[in-house]
Amino acid sequence: MRNNAAARSAFLFLLPALSAIGVFFIIPVVGALILSFTDFDIYALANWSNARFVGAKNYTDLLADPLFWKALRNTLYFLLVGGPLSIAVSLATALLLQARLVRWKGVFRTALFAPVVTTLVAVAIVWRFVYHPRFGVLNYVLSLAGIGPVDWLGDPDWAMPAIILLAVWKNFGYNMIIFIAGLQNIPQELYEAAKIDGAGRWQQFTAITIPMLAPTTLFISIITMIGYLQLFAEPYVMTQGGPLNSTLSLVLMMYEQGFRWWNMGYSAALAFILFGLILIPSLVQARIGRSAGRV
Amino acid sequence: MSSNVARRTCLVAAAALGTVLSAVLLAGCNAHPKPEVVFWAFGVEGEQVAKLVPEFERRNPGIRVRVQMIPWNAAHEKLLTAYASNSLPDLFQLGNTWIPEFHMLGALEDLYPMLHASGSLHDSDFFGGIWDTNVIDTALCGIPWYVDTKVLFYRKDLLAAAGFPRAPATWDEWFEVCRRIVRQRIAEYGVFFSVNNEWVPQVLMGIQKGSPLLKDQNMYGDFSGPEFRSAMRTFREFFVQGLAPVRTGQIVNIYQGIAQKSFAMFISGPWSISEFRKRMPPDLQDQWMTAPLPGPEGAPGLSLAGGSSLVMCSSSQRKEEAWKLVKYLAEPEVQIGFYGLSGDLPSRVGAWKSPVLARNQYAGAILEQLQHVVATPKIPEWEQIAQKVRALTELITMEKMTVDEATTELDRAVDLILEKRRWMARHAE
Repeated sequence: MRNNAAARSAFLFLLPALSAIGVFFIIPVVGALILSFTDFDIYALANWSNARFVGAKNYTDLLADPLFWKALRNTLYFLLVGGPLSIAVSLATALLLQARLVRWKGVFRTALFAPVVTTLVAVAIVWRFVYHPRFGVLNYVLSLAGIGPVDWLGDPDWAMPAIILLAVWKNFGYNMIIFIAGLQNIPQELYEAAKIDGAGRWQQFTAITIPMLAPTTLFISIITMIGYLQLFAEPYVMTQGGPLNSTLSLVLMMYEQGFRWWNMGYSAALAFILFGLILIPSLVQARIGRSAGRV
Repeated sequence: MSSNVARRTCLVAAAALGTVLSAVLLAGCNAHPKPEVVFWAFGVEGEQVAKLVPEFERRNPGIRVRVQMIPWNAAHEKLLTAYASNSLPDLFQLGNTWIPEFHMLGALEDLYPMLHASGSLHDSDFFGGIWDTNVIDTALCGIPWYVDTKVLFYRKDLLAAAGFPRAPATWDEWFEVCRRIVRQRIAEYGVFFSVNNEWVPQVLMGIQKGSPLLKDQNMYGDFSGPEFRSAMRTFREFFVQGLAPVRTGQIVNIYQGIAQKSFAMFISGPWSISEFRKRMPPDLQDQWMTAPLPGPEGAPGLSLAGGSSLVMCSSSQRKEEAWKLVKYLAEPEVQIGFYGLSGDLPSRVGAWKSPVLARNQYAGAILEQLQHVVATPKIPEWEQIAQKVRALTELITMEKMTVDEATTELDRAVDLILEKRRWMARHAE
């Protein structure tokens, strides 16, 4: 009896949150899933009765669409190059900021974190200048080293590296803060003991810092993977997917199909494929983490 | 005590702020009791048209116009979402290839009644082919605002070296000049087609050969028909004979390409005139020219009817006022002013007599071409179909497919795109 009452009051307290989740999350997701099995398009926008159920056609069409594979390749390129780079940069800066010789740690930490909290659109304007083929700082620096001018955002081969550079610069500060927290959790005694045993700096790093940071690194790599697979704002603002679709990401393609051409069914199917793409590696990584934790 | 004081100060400040805000809002209402026409224009047009508004407001003291500028690359999604949320403006600019789509949605007001009632504006004041893009079934969906088409840009010195003091008029001449340019090594190639991202030259050659592109009331593709196939066989010859580059990726910048004698001709729109002026080296500035497109029988060959129209939202509450703005923007003098501001070419034939345009030596070819323009099929799927045309004709130029294979495959793909259209037609019966 008392249990029931407790459950009821608990439910009442949860109700606002649950209804918010229901209205703003569950209903739209179910709606999108249904949409992905229809050919909801511009004709259906004019009149709802013009939408038909088409079964899995959107999914099979997507798998046969070369543009989808192009977008998938671009997204994986961004993930596999940008992801590790971003993690390496955040780890390196975190280690630098934890070094005992560094002064004004707070100032540096804030400065390095600043790109994370600035608006991407504002940042993009600055980076467009940096990347400018004739007047850009980057090409000026490269020219000092004798490297010819690169049309960063105009050349299909260089546009994605340019986007990666921007994204890494914009995002590494967030992971850096998490790494700093992880580093501060490593007990000093371990390093002291290692020093007594005669371990050098590099040995301390590989034998203590890296293993002790493993849970943090796992967490960061899952978060980064989920975030990087949803690449959208950077190419949307900088290149609109061009040149020659070389920076078209899955989410950008979804946006264009959905809101530019109003192929809502097609776009929803793409959303669920992306969902699967994110879910599977996340589960694998989580399982690796769990089994590693047991050992 | 002190916290009480702080709280009271806060309350007073909030009250004061509220009073100020409501005063501002009320003042806002009082200052503009006039009907306001909301007008969306894109990119440069949006930036520049605002400068023409004060004169309109002076002439029509009862009307206020609010111009909102929308970036070109966000225009289509912005318009569609505005339609979906029932918040389209009273008047907006619409690229004339988008008109069929918004007509199908029922978003556009039929302007024929207003046109007939006005008496001051006639369809004959505009270029016929351009006007036609605005007429769907029996409705007039928009009034042409500025025009755009494709013409031939060429290097005078290179063609002269090949024995052509003027641009080629027929396809035969076009091939001949290309052959001489390549054989005599005047330039690396005769002509450049951007086959990896353009469908226009291919479609135009088909149209020039008399292909309807689509058949049975635009329900099926007609690309495997004899006209389009014949046009593609000719198009293919440019590449097979080495007169046009197959690997177009290596040419990053067409202006640089034509300046460095990579090729001597290409097809583009009037915006290229200002690009030429900006990008050509000074010693080549008087060595380039525009010409109407070569046709199978003679110049000018048909070209595309491009540009933007002014369209009215069918649910607007300010149709009368919006129509006045349309009429104002269609006045030849206003269009000349707009040309000066934006470089957009006037849609009124009468405006082309102005000395401002006559001074532009490149405009003559465009004026001639504009008398020979046609619309692409007026269905919402056209953009999608055009992309298929581009992809499959590129395979022809690379000799990965024969003309017959590629056009058959093209029809198959196009028929799939049009499946919904056929289903809708059956559904409506």
